[in-house]
Amino acid sequence: MAGDTLRIYVPNDTAARSVGADAVAAAIERTAGERGVAIEIVRNGSRGLYWLEPLVEVAVAGERVAYGPVTPDDVPGLFDAGFTTGGKHARHLGATEALPYLSGQTRLTFARAGLIAPSSLEDYREHEGYRGLEAALAMDTQAIVDVVKESGLRGRGGAGFPTGIKWQTVLDTPGTQKYVVCNADEGDSGTFADRMIMESDPFVLIEGMTIAGLAVGATQGYIYLRAEYPQAIRTMNTAIAAAEQAGYLGADVCGSGRAFHLEVREAAGAYICGEETSMLESLEGKRGMVRYRPPLPAVKGLFGAPTVVNNLTTLATVPIIFVRGGEFYRDFGTGRSRGTLTVQLAGNIKRGGLVEIAFGRTLREVLEDFGGGTATGRPIRAVQAGGPLGAYIPTSQFDTPLDYEAFAEIGAMLGHGGLVVFDDTVDMGQQARFAMEFCAIESCGKCTPCRVGAVRGVEVIDKILSGQDEAGNRELLEDLCGTMVDGSLCALGGMAPFPVLSVLKHFPEDLVAR
Amino acid sequence: MTEAPASAAHAGTIREIAETRAAVPGALLPILHEIQDQLGYVPDSAVPIVASVLNLSRAEVHGVVSFYHLYRRTPPGRRTIYLCRAEACQAMGARDLEARLKEKLGIDFHETTSDERFSLEPIYCLGNCACSPALMIDETVHGRVTAERLDSLLEEG
Repeated sequence: MAGDTLRIYVPNDTAARSVGADAVAAAIERTAGERGVAIEIVRNGSRGLYWLEPLVEVAVAGERVAYGPVTPDDVPGLFDAGFTTGGKHARHLGATEALPYLSGQTRLTFARAGLIAPSSLEDYREHEGYRGLEAALAMDTQAIVDVVKESGLRGRGGAGFPTGIKWQTVLDTPGTQKYVVCNADEGDSGTFADRMIMESDPFVLIEGMTIAGLAVGATQGYIYLRAEYPQAIRTMNTAIAAAEQAGYLGADVCGSGRAFHLEVREAAGAYICGEETSMLESLEGKRGMVRYRPPLPAVKGLFGAPTVVNNLTTLATVPIIFVRGGEFYRDFGTGRSRGTLTVQLAGNIKRGGLVEIAFGRTLREVLEDFGGGTATGRPIRAVQAGGPLGAYIPTSQFDTPLDYEAFAEIGAMLGHGGLVVFDDTVDMGQQARFAMEFCAIESCGKCTPCRVGAVRGVEVIDKILSGQDEAGNRELLEDLCGTMVDGSLCALGGMAPFPVLSVLKHFPEDLVAR
Repeated sequence: MTEAPASAAHAGTIREIAETRAAVPGALLPILHEIQDQLGYVPDSAVPIVASVLNLSRAEVHGVVSFYHLYRRTPPGRRTIYLCRAEACQAMGARDLEARLKEKLGIDFHETTSDERFSLEPIYCLGNCACSPALMIDETVHGRVTAERLDSLLEEG
């Protein structure tokens, strides 16, 4: 490719496409053709600045300049303004890397998101790709696990379990066949970090899983990927094929004599399968029913074999730890929450998107400095953190620092980092009802507190809202929540009451007869 | 049993799909996905065939088909609309979109319009939560969906 070809980047990520990126790419191609301008359109991933999508970038003197949000109608004007060489226009945002939303972040796991073309292994390699695997290949299994322990990396799926300790257990458990399973069943509303990695930087996940396989002696990996993400499925399958072709996956990884095979397994729309044991059941071809623990999956997991089960963002963070070292990663963060947190600003927020920052900033800083308040311009009333099982946080608690322990202290959870913002028009009574309704729809049915409790929860809330014995039913609701929290087998029934209890505690004025 | 001829035609396809994947570890979900990809749904007539190929009971196969929300047991309309009902979309007006969609189509969730143009399904998160509210038509996701945009999508569909 000639050096003087104009490169124009138009994201190919699901969210960017959902707001018109394909039409913008087509308009650019068409207009360039009409005007005889030679260009090359690169379909990159998304930078995660979703409020600016479709975000078009051009490469000018080694720097990327951003324009957004661009509509197809803007395109002729952009050409008139000379945007291919960084010309000024109403949509001109300046150098992408200098945008405060991006420059204020610490992009470690998401360093390449939006920078490279996700389909290109070459592009990945040019941006530090596979350097982590190279480093790991030079180590023995225990040394690999030690690096992860040193980094302080904890599971990014929500529970925050130390990754290195999990890997150690699998390494120490004897077995002729072991597995690495990536939990890509990102079902929590308000989260899209996993999807973004798969669609923007798929090789980083493949590399992280390969390192996990080397660390514990697993030769087979599965990515359990939700069916709701058709594009991520396609992107991952294409990337896996390319990695196999190049010798990064297969019977002889990089000529090391060690094998690692990887396969995408499509889920089928059951939220419960994001729970690790029901995910293993599903991978085995069964109903996604939660298993009793112990035994832990690390000891007896997929097909009864020792299995590493990690969240996608966790696995995608592994390569940079091997490129820069465990100590480098550990130096970010606060207390026991080390490294970076992937905040996803969602719902009614002015500047929604992905914000990767070191642990420890407050909720308010993120909502205001990055998020800019609500999209509707009205005051924020509540934020639900950590998905549908997470508490609704009132504004009075917005000074809570973003770390696992601080959130636990206020009875909330950070979970996978999703923050769903609601303005003051929200009906918290309906939100409480939805939490129970969702649990009833998604319960696997194995344990009674969840299966029956969620249905009863909806009924009791309906009674309160319709004015039947309000005081008595509120007491009953609290009692029911207690039973579900204490008596459920897994986090679905055990945590679905949290949003309800948070409404009872912080927004009682909405849980009344109307 | 009015669909007997159709299911007879499907039987060969279903058996072939099951047999070519029977040796895959945990084969049942991949088999059901492929059946749905090819036929648009998983007909009840598939249950005994898949059960016999995998040496499972019919109850086990039926149990899996009925457990997962995304397996259809009836033929879909020409296009399937998946409307996100989860919290991020709720915060941006998904409840109003839901009411509008149901009224325009004259159907509830899990139903198909009488002209078989559209099926309507709820979905719990498309991962498009920073561009809410969202819906997916077949495999195409649409974000920041307004009432007007919804109407034009229905006309295009």
